[in-house]
Amino acid sequence: MGLDAKVPPGPLEDKWTKYRSTMNLVAPNNKRRIDVIVVGTGLAGASAAATLGELGYNVKAFCFHDSPRRAHSIAAQGGINAAKNYQNDGDSVYRLFYDTIKGGDYRSREANVHRLAEVSVDIIDQCVAQGVPFAREYGGLLANRSFGGVQVSRTFYASGQTGQQLLIGAYSALSKQIATGSVKMFNRHEMLDLVVVDGKARGIIARNLLTGKLERHAAHAVVLATGGYGNVFYLSTNAMGSNVTAAWQAHRRGAYFANPCYTQIHPTCIPVSGHYQSKLTLMSESLRNDGRVWVPKKKEDVMAIREGRMTGGDVPEEDRDYYLERRYPAFGNLVPRDVASRAAKTACDAGHGVNKAGLAVYLDFAERIKELGEDTIRARYGNLFAMYEKITGENPYKTPMKIYPAVHYTMGGLWVDYNLESNLPGLFVAGEANFSDHGANRLGASALMQGLADGYFVLPYTIGQFLSTQIRVDKIKDDTKEFEEAEQNCRKRLQAFLDVKGDKSVESYHRELGLIMWDNCGMARNEQGLTEGRAKIRALRDDFYKNVFVPGTQEEFNPELEKAARVADLLELGELMMVDALDRAESCGGHFREESVSEEGEAQRKDKEFTYVSAWEYFNQNGDPTLHKEELTFDNVELKTRSYK
Amino acid sequence: MSLTGLFLCTFLIVHLIGNLQLLINDGGKAFNAYAHFMSNNLFIQVTAKGLYAMILLHAIKGFLMALNNRKAAGGSRYAVSTSKNASWTSRNMALLGSWVFIFIGVHMAHFWRQMKWGELNMMNIDGVMVKNLYEYISVAYENPLIVAFYVISMIMIGAHLWHGFGSAFQTLGINHKKYTPIIDGFGKGFSVIIPGLFAAIPVWMLLT
Amino acid sequence: MKLTLKVWRQKNVNTKGSLETYNNVDVDPDMSFLEMIDVVNEQLIAEKKEPIAFEHDCREGICGACSMVINGRPHGPQQGTTTCQLHMRHFKDGETVVIEPFRSASFPIIKDLVVDRSAFDRIIQSGGYVSVKTGQAQDANSIPIEKGLADTAFEAASCIGCGACVAACPNASAMLFTSAKVSHLALLPQGEVEAESRVMKMVDKMDEEGFGMCSNTGACEVECPKEISIENIARMNRAYLKASLGSEK
Repeated sequence: MGLDAKVPPGPLEDKWTKYRSTMNLVAPNNKRRIDVIVVGTGLAGASAAATLGELGYNVKAFCFHDSPRRAHSIAAQGGINAAKNYQNDGDSVYRLFYDTIKGGDYRSREANVHRLAEVSVDIIDQCVAQGVPFAREYGGLLANRSFGGVQVSRTFYASGQTGQQLLIGAYSALSKQIATGSVKMFNRHEMLDLVVVDGKARGIIARNLLTGKLERHAAHAVVLATGGYGNVFYLSTNAMGSNVTAAWQAHRRGAYFANPCYTQIHPTCIPVSGHYQSKLTLMSESLRNDGRVWVPKKKEDVMAIREGRMTGGDVPEEDRDYYLERRYPAFGNLVPRDVASRAAKTACDAGHGVNKAGLAVYLDFAERIKELGEDTIRARYGNLFAMYEKITGENPYKTPMKIYPAVHYTMGGLWVDYNLESNLPGLFVAGEANFSDHGANRLGASALMQGLADGYFVLPYTIGQFLSTQIRVDKIKDDTKEFEEAEQNCRKRLQAFLDVKGDKSVESYHRELGLIMWDNCGMARNEQGLTEGRAKIRALRDDFYKNVFVPGTQEEFNPELEKAARVADLLELGELMMVDALDRAESCGGHFREESVSEEGEAQRKDKEFTYVSAWEYFNQNGDPTLHKEELTFDNVELKTRSYK
Repeated sequence: MSLTGLFLCTFLIVHLIGNLQLLINDGGKAFNAYAHFMSNNLFIQVTAKGLYAMILLHAIKGFLMALNNRKAAGGSRYAVSTSKNASWTSRNMALLGSWVFIFIGVHMAHFWRQMKWGELNMMNIDGVMVKNLYEYISVAYENPLIVAFYVISMIMIGAHLWHGFGSAFQTLGINHKKYTPIIDGFGKGFSVIIPGLFAAIPVWMLLT
Repeated sequence: MKLTLKVWRQKNVNTKGSLETYNNVDVDPDMSFLEMIDVVNEQLIAEKKEPIAFEHDCREGICGACSMVINGRPHGPQQGTTTCQLHMRHFKDGETVVIEPFRSASFPIIKDLVVDRSAFDRIIQSGGYVSVKTGQAQDANSIPIEKGLADTAFEAASCIGCGACVAACPNASAMLFTSAKVSHLALLPQGEVEAESRVMKMVDKMDEEGFGMCSNTGACEVECPKEISIENIARMNRAYLKASLGSEK
């Protein structure tokens, strides 16, 4: 069965404007009677909740943190793209659209991406008006920098903490609405189930994490803005709490999960230092503006470095392999993330890695420091350098940084149409939690753009298409059998974890799952590995329900129980990722199949067979998910082999 | 706190100028004339009432603030207390202030009460009979215990000012990259020199 | 290396807590402080005991979730560092490390090292925003902002809302947190419009939440992991003074 993306007709550049102007509206007096639940209060969720509240809907917003300000959007460092063309370097909405489509390796929906590029300019205006302190030039106007995969400067930034500043902007807009009463905020509440009534999403079951009480919340529509699922790899740049539970429970209730295998491995992270490692820290992509990536050419230098007899600085210029500049002269160190990550893996697999484990390459600033002076480099990246030094104990002004790729972002997510509505009517999905705009690979500084585009400028309009049909529906009741069933379901599920009383910690299962994912569904994938990986995950999942140990009870603040529920969902998601990766026997963007490479060893797409979105229905009785395809059509761009040479 | 505190600082200067006359070697003539003037001039009398009000206001506000802050902090706090993030004086303003308040009480009972109601010997200065407070003070400062009490109290005042002077400006919203170091430097100097000179008087009188 | 830990254990807000000792904790110098607690927790779980509850999320020093006082100092001994960024190489073999929650009457303890900092949210809700609705903005470059001013606003805005300032302050005052937000917005032309009413509302809310009064000890500035300056407090005092003198209320 094909999926209808409900893309409006007409020329690409007019679609959104025309659609927006002809969409059904909800009158102000009706808005007051309509309830909307927003789960997740990162960039997408907070901006959506705030904007929906401003429009006059009754909003209930949920986050599992103690405050909306802690959502993981806060950790985004580098910046946010917008087609402002303030630098007069030839940028335009079309160019941002084109770069994003190309960067996503032609696996995203044209109309969505064009809309994203269109509203990008409004986001910057909105954020500046909220008081987001973007970097400025001496003349007082906004500064820009470049990011990977593009040849213009369109990234707006606030030192190395753009995500934090944008989130604080959205959080303050949300706080304003909380103060007016149009948004009711539920902190420390985690969504554990979606309630579907007559085929429509009508509410959620949320657990009050402080008391353990399961609460029913009903509404006319539910918005999920619950982020990505990179934590399925255990080690990732995601926060410890990031999880897939809300999206996965919606998936169990019938929402399709699209392109789960598209994961982004970020090329510049601090390498793993030991078995106790709990997470990986990203070093912003912006560093590649001035840092040069290299490994030693000679194996003896590599060995000497690993054994501590030599440092990176001791390697003479002619014995260094600046492999990105060598392989991709047009983009050099600023190739897209997937390309840079795979190149680092190739260099390390060939035995040139420069830390003890052989899993690190250099990111070297020596030349630019010499050229521009330490002060200029400090002004640009000071906080990143300080962060690096804190973690590694090494001073990057003196010795080159060591970096290695790490899981960072997931392009896949719940399937949504042009309205950001899933196949379940009334269930909307925004931000990283949906699959929509980045195709098979996301460009740097586009996640913040997409989250805020969805939350401020897309969803508040498109949700009206659905809600305008709901104005005659009375307040949704939460004492129906559907709510009762969902609540009982949650209670039983949680009790099941507690009742196992095994002897292995939740954390140990999570680590094991992460290893399987990294080894079998990581930077390079093949049929055999994926098949084995799927079997391993199933075995691990069985073991989990037999041997996990979760202390305490349901009726109290119990972080281990929270973690158990999250890991249980990741254990299912991991399997779906394997299935999806197996199905997609082509290399595209973040998904690299070793069977599908060009003669030069570069990733090779198979457009004839795979120009579709894989939207999966939850596992059937046989334990297999069902594939639904949304064919992708490209009327405005020609599908080319991505080349950054 | 800041305004009353700074007002009290100006009072210290006036008081010190008066006290330094104790060191003039004229048998107390200048000092007694000054003391007489201070007790009888109408303007000074009005100002003095204001001063007492200021002292009380400063003390009461300080006391209430300490009480409020103790409640806010939630009673006894950390098993390990550190001195690494704030100076000792800044953490103990209430303690120092209490000492100073008691000192003021003792000091007034000791000298000011005598000047106001006490039966002191009289001295003739240019035809006017004035109380010989100088003589009374001279006797008192021959007692090392009294001198020690005064000196310790001056150290307490100094410590109170060491934090209080600069702090008052911060509270009033004056914090400037260029001027704040000057103000702080001046405050530190003030808190050493003024109480130092006050303390020097009894010590000098004890030793000579 | 081996450490002795003394960790505050408290079942919930209604029970009394105490320090519990964990001897011979095996530590790698490259571990982060939180990874060290992970190791202790794994051990406790293996012994079927309740792990130490502590708040953490991003583990890269930006989300502000960490809320520990380490040897009497919020976020431990390193300058400009959150607990999650603190690495064990800064401790000595055989050392005893005392770990307590942030303490203040306005931050009630939920469990072990987890405290309730929702008072901060309520302070922001009282006025920590610019009243602009989505879609009302003009072009981002229509108001130039002097770079120095923008940078100062950014420095104030870098507050992560962790509450170390309150935990460090002998008076449990929230002046640094509040003033950072007041300054961030008041310094920018976009936020200047509401600056007077904002400072009044936020300061009043802060007092209402039961935080202590500022006596300028400066401990907050020393312990702030983002090294936010008490210049912001002076700026807020100035603004508050001006606003309250001019106020008709």
